[in-house]
Amino acid sequence: MSDHTKSSPLKMYFSVWGALLLGTYLTYEAAKVDLGVFNAAVALAIATTKALLVALFFMHLKGASEKLLKLVVFSTIFFLMLLLALSMADYGTRTRL
Amino acid sequence: MPDSQTSTMAATHAHNPALLHHFATEEQQRDSANLGMWIFLATEVMFFGGLFCAYLIYRRLYFGDFAAASKSIDAALGGTNTAVLICSSLTVVLAIWAAQTARRTLLISMLVLTMLFGCVFLGIKAKEYKDKFDEHHVPGATFSFEHEQVPNAPEGVYANPRHAQIFFALYFIMTGLHALHMIVGLGIFSWLLWMSWKGRFTPEYHTPLEIGGLYWHFVDIVWIYLFPLLYLIDRHA
Repeated sequence: MSDHTKSSPLKMYFSVWGALLLGTYLTYEAAKVDLGVFNAAVALAIATTKALLVALFFMHLKGASEKLLKLVVFSTIFFLMLLLALSMADYGTRTRL
Repeated sequence: MPDSQTSTMAATHAHNPALLHHFATEEQQRDSANLGMWIFLATEVMFFGGLFCAYLIYRRLYFGDFAAASKSIDAALGGTNTAVLICSSLTVVLAIWAAQTARRTLLISMLVLTMLFGCVFLGIKAKEYKDKFDEHHVPGATFSFEHEQVPNAPEGVYANPRHAQIFFALYFIMTGLHALHMIVGLGIFSWLLWMSWKGRFTPEYHTPLEIGGLYWHFVDIVWIYLFPLLYLIDRHA
């Protein structure tokens, strides 16, 4: 855990907060611009960046030393991707009826 | 009181009363609690993941209908709610920092502020739901979504109400389940507030705050994905 660092984490907390608010504003504005197929990609990229910021800095995954914890987090992401990727590989390759 | 223990173990060291006897050290106890919470969150990810998967499949099939239905939701309210949740996540980490640095007043005010943001979120959500009820956009017998133009389609191309109904069903299930998690979170934070008020948390022991915080941040992350996926499918004119 990163609790024992000498420097105050407050600056980091407020920077992450600012970045998250900026990300929200960017998603909102980007949705109004016609980017074609990239609209969804941009929205998901911003959302994933925001989720990573929350997980790494607010949930203290950055600096977590326990290997078991890392295993749980990586397997969670792996199985979620498995669920989404295999389902979409099925439905995505079907011809429209 | 540790000193009152006269067992053979007492000679080792005076330990924190919060340390349960089946753990060797406070650090081990905290790491175990943390790991348990992350495993719970893993099950929550798969739980919401199934819904996101259903959403992706139908969105791909009925993109135009989903876009039209998505456009009928108030994105400004959804955006405000995103900002409210982000602010509540900040107050959660500030509360934990306050506990780590033994600032009781700050700890309690940050917990109160977190719950306040949570209530604002639910209030805005209630307003959104009311609008949907008024517009007959709630799936069921009174559902109506007639002559709604599909965004970026030729004039007069209307959304299929049956397909739009699938969007609204997913909208209500996903945001409803998220709101339920918020209500549970408010319950957890009421308890944390009560414990903080009684002075149970110290710089050495504040694991419940950290674990409750993990839950709150997770619910925030779910919303971070729900907002663009449900509110902003096809907003450009």
